[in-house]
Amino acid sequence: MSDVPASAARSTWNASDWHDALVVEAYAETPTARTIRMRLPASAALPQLPELVAGQHIDVRLTAPDGYTAVRSYSLASAAPGGVLETTVEELDDGEVSPYLVRGLDVGDRLEIRGPIGGWFVWREEEPAPVQLIAGGSGVVPLMAMIRAHEAAAHPAPFRLLYSVRSPEMAYYRAELEELARVSPRFDLDWVYTRRAPSGWPHAPGRLDVTGLAASVQTLGTSALTFVCGATPFVEFVADALVRAGRDPARIRTERYGGADGA
Amino acid sequence: MGLFSPGFMGRRREPVPGLPPGQHLVTDFPVLSIGPTPRVSTEEWRFSITSESGLMTTWTWDEFQALPQEDVTVDIHCVTSWSKFGTGWRGVSLDTLLEGVDTGAGFAMARSYGGYTTNVPLDELRGGKAWVAHQFDGAPLAPEHGGPARLLVPSLYFWKSAKWVRSIELSTRNDPGFWEQNGYHMHGDPWREERYW
Repeated sequence: MSDVPASAARSTWNASDWHDALVVEAYAETPTARTIRMRLPASAALPQLPELVAGQHIDVRLTAPDGYTAVRSYSLASAAPGGVLETTVEELDDGEVSPYLVRGLDVGDRLEIRGPIGGWFVWREEEPAPVQLIAGGSGVVPLMAMIRAHEAAAHPAPFRLLYSVRSPEMAYYRAELEELARVSPRFDLDWVYTRRAPSGWPHAPGRLDVTGLAASVQTLGTSALTFVCGATPFVEFVADALVRAGRDPARIRTERYGGADGA
Repeated sequence: MGLFSPGFMGRRREPVPGLPPGQHLVTDFPVLSIGPTPRVSTEEWRFSITSESGLMTTWTWDEFQALPQEDVTVDIHCVTSWSKFGTGWRGVSLDTLLEGVDTGAGFAMARSYGGYTTNVPLDELRGGKAWVAHQFDGAPLAPEHGGPARLLVPSLYFWKSAKWVRSIELSTRNDPGFWEQNGYHMHGDPWREERYW
């Protein structure tokens, strides 16, 4: 590598390197979650962010005044080109990093980021199959990147999102999802409310069960590629139920949020 | 050192001995998997090692249980930045499993029920550093944590410790496994932060 000019080495983006990102926008997504948009400095001297793939995540590093650092992974909510990185962070009880990102961080602050990372829990335009998305709570974030990429591409394969939330106000991206479901011929949306449903909702609140799951996934049928993301018990239940119902395990991709501990 | 995060204090003030760079401690046991959890009964379970010349050694569950068992307590480190100290496992050392295998190979590919694969240098599997584990905390290993049996290679990031392991194939070539084809490091030493390409 000694014969490579330093300038050429610097211009190469490496997913293992830390990069400064500027917070350009931050707003409450729900009472406990915040959407954060970051931009990388536009400079010809700096490496350029590689093309994002819908479903990827980044690592975020915070540094305290004494040099102590903490790193966590966050899924990106958009893979749109243009150098903006968007995520939504849920504040976790007893969390170390998430309370700072949800309540401490300001527009104009900088964060260090690494990535984008991941080549499995992703959706690409070349994928011809219908796509069934199943999210629990904050697990909708990487699926939102897929929904937005699919819509931006006016992709012909149908997409369907089954989204389980505790109550209406806890849903991420509600207005955008409902508008998309209304206007897009390619996107449908099913809600599950586990604790409290909107007034006039035809079902009593309750956890997603085998019947509800089957009713939602039957529309796209067995050819669908399925992405499931949420807390571990939710993902275990959904993936198990789909396999028991005869779905091909190889067509089900999962991403699980582990315990809230320490995040 | 990176830029400061105004107002961020963090929780920990003292360095934790035994914690690799960029990791934080957890007390629960997060689950990360690429797809549905395979359900494999011990009746149908088989484990095999195939040498680079194609010779295969296979164990049934009963044969595997009859091998010398070891109880080990190790720290584990996940590439998603959590570490868990003092995890207790029971299983069979790879030294025991490789005893009768004639090989000059340098690399191993672990294959799992469900299709997962991961590549590990054979050096990391020998010398009392790796096991096929079937108990965690004194109880049979739960399916979501890789039961009936998983590879346990605590010296590397935990994606190398393949859940639901069914075979190890030895090779003179270091071919990439599942995550290694999807952005993660070929070796995965947590002390050198070998996380991504």
